[in-house]
Amino acid sequence: MSAEASPAGASHSAALGNMQVAPAEDIDVRRRRRLLLWLLGLALLGVGAGLITGAHGFSPSAFWADLQGDQAGLIFGQIRAPRTLGAALVGALLGLSGAIAQGVFRNPLADPYLLGSASGAGLAVVLVLAAAALGGAYISLATVIWLERIGLVAAAFFGSIAGVSLTLMLAQGAVQTLRLLLAGVVVGVLLGAGTDLLTVISPDALRGKQVFLLGSTSFLGHSSLLMMGSGLLLLLWLARRQARALDALTLGEDSAISLGLDLGRARLALVMMLSLGTALAVSQAGLVAFVGLVAPHLVRRHAPGPHAWLLLASAAMGAVLLLVADVISRALIAPQELPVGVVTAVLGGIYLFVLLKRRGLP
Amino acid sequence: MTQPSSDASVLQARGLSVRLGGREVLHSIDAAIRPGWTALVGPNGAGKSTLLRTLAGLQRPDAGEVQLLGRSMAQWRVAERARHLAWLAQQGDITGELTVRETVDLGRIAHLGLMGNPGVADAAAVERAMALTECTAWSQRRLQALVGGERQRVLLARALATEAPLLLLDEPTTHLDAPHQVALARLFARLARYSQPRHTLLTVLHDLPIALQADRLLVLANGRVQAEGPPTDPALQKTLMAVFGGAIRIEPDRSGRPSVALVLDQG
Repeated sequence: MSAEASPAGASHSAALGNMQVAPAEDIDVRRRRRLLLWLLGLALLGVGAGLITGAHGFSPSAFWADLQGDQAGLIFGQIRAPRTLGAALVGALLGLSGAIAQGVFRNPLADPYLLGSASGAGLAVVLVLAAAALGGAYISLATVIWLERIGLVAAAFFGSIAGVSLTLMLAQGAVQTLRLLLAGVVVGVLLGAGTDLLTVISPDALRGKQVFLLGSTSFLGHSSLLMMGSGLLLLLWLARRQARALDALTLGEDSAISLGLDLGRARLALVMMLSLGTALAVSQAGLVAFVGLVAPHLVRRHAPGPHAWLLLASAAMGAVLLLVADVISRALIAPQELPVGVVTAVLGGIYLFVLLKRRGLP
Repeated sequence: MTQPSSDASVLQARGLSVRLGGREVLHSIDAAIRPGWTALVGPNGAGKSTLLRTLAGLQRPDAGEVQLLGRSMAQWRVAERARHLAWLAQQGDITGELTVRETVDLGRIAHLGLMGNPGVADAAAVERAMALTECTAWSQRRLQALVGGERQRVLLARALATEAPLLLLDEPTTHLDAPHQVALARLFARLARYSQPRHTLLTVLHDLPIALQADRLLVLANGRVQAEGPPTDPALQKTLMAVFGGAIRIEPDRSGRPSVALVLDQG
């Protein structure tokens, strides 16, 4: 600033320049490093527990027996490892999407399902199930089951994307937050009503939909890992590019624009990223509740920082949360399993309740 | 960028009308903002903030147009505009956990884009801006943790860090204590009069004693420009007293400069 040229300005800032303060920055860096170490440790424990947990619940002795059995390759290579790693990837996608949603909407209670991705996935899944139930009269059962499996993943993915696209269309783009949120509510209600109508007409679809959308890691295989892994890498790379836009948004929308941010474009990019992340997670594991909401919260609470950090750490936090929830869902009533979505809903609900009790809503 | 000569207007409004919520807030406003410090004053609801937002390109006018450096506002790309024009919101609506330094760093987005790494010049601009508004001491504190006046100074530093020669500031002195109000008034005068190139400042101000320190006053009431000119202009002073319903009195102080007093006696 050329005002410095004036003697008054120069002496003024020189005096203040000497007042360098305690290195508080180090505290932030230390907190972040500590959280990362914790997450890394917990993730390793979670993966270990995920590999150990099987039909006998969390049982090291059964694990030992399985390891020495001739089915070890199948049990660990084909079932438990993809499932456990898949749970981590689903959690990471949801944590990242949640952090993006909370940044875009400038609201710590925003959730990645807010824009119609859940209802879109639900409707598409029920459509496929209902069509399969009708088609079952004409083609073999095995074909139907195979078609259902492939079809459901694709349906959930494209349904989720279609839900968000419909919301964007109704809101005429992503320029106005309130319009976008209201459009999300409208799409959620309308598609939900469509889903209900279909399940009335075809009751079989209701059961299939419940199994698929209650949230479960039991479908996860190697192909899921590949899809979600590459999706996550792409999203993390894109998220890094948009992190500064989310930082600018913390000062308010007008301020962000005045700083030189093309808000409409940045927000559209961010909404598309969060819908891709959510669609990938939903299509592979159904609707897993609360991880997208809670993961960014936990990060902010323990190691706050700018979005370049927050997005990355929320993905890591989401991965750890779902690893833990997956182990609980498989171990609690073994050999039966709880839907992991139910476990995350209960844990997330308790967390938010405790938060509410302790200090009111943030 | 072509530097305007000292008389040319940097920012010009022609026949500007703005409707908000079905009500016309600004009626066909013509104004030319020249280099130097202009204070935009007027009673509550006069349309000051709306005029400032429209001049900053944040509010699309329903009629008329705004020209920045002779070019229609609609033709400026957002990032390019941000290098020429900085805007400070009336009340910061802050979310997130950025530190003071991270907040002021955001002022460099127009120069760096979303991905560029800040260089020496960027760091220098940020540090200068923080020194000018005296917030260097809290650079690692979180913006959310500061009280209103401190936060206002950080946000002003963020605007200064853009190094834009045109500053549109909506009530920059709100929440500030008297010493910091005076410091800001001096800073504005310095930026407007002695810096090279001269800055153009348009500040919405409720503090009339500070507004009277500006080079020019733009008096707004009921969505219309009521008067424009230097604070020493007797006709302008009369209009100013009138738009405030006789609640203030402007008279020369011992040095002959205009000073303002509240009229408290019911006379």
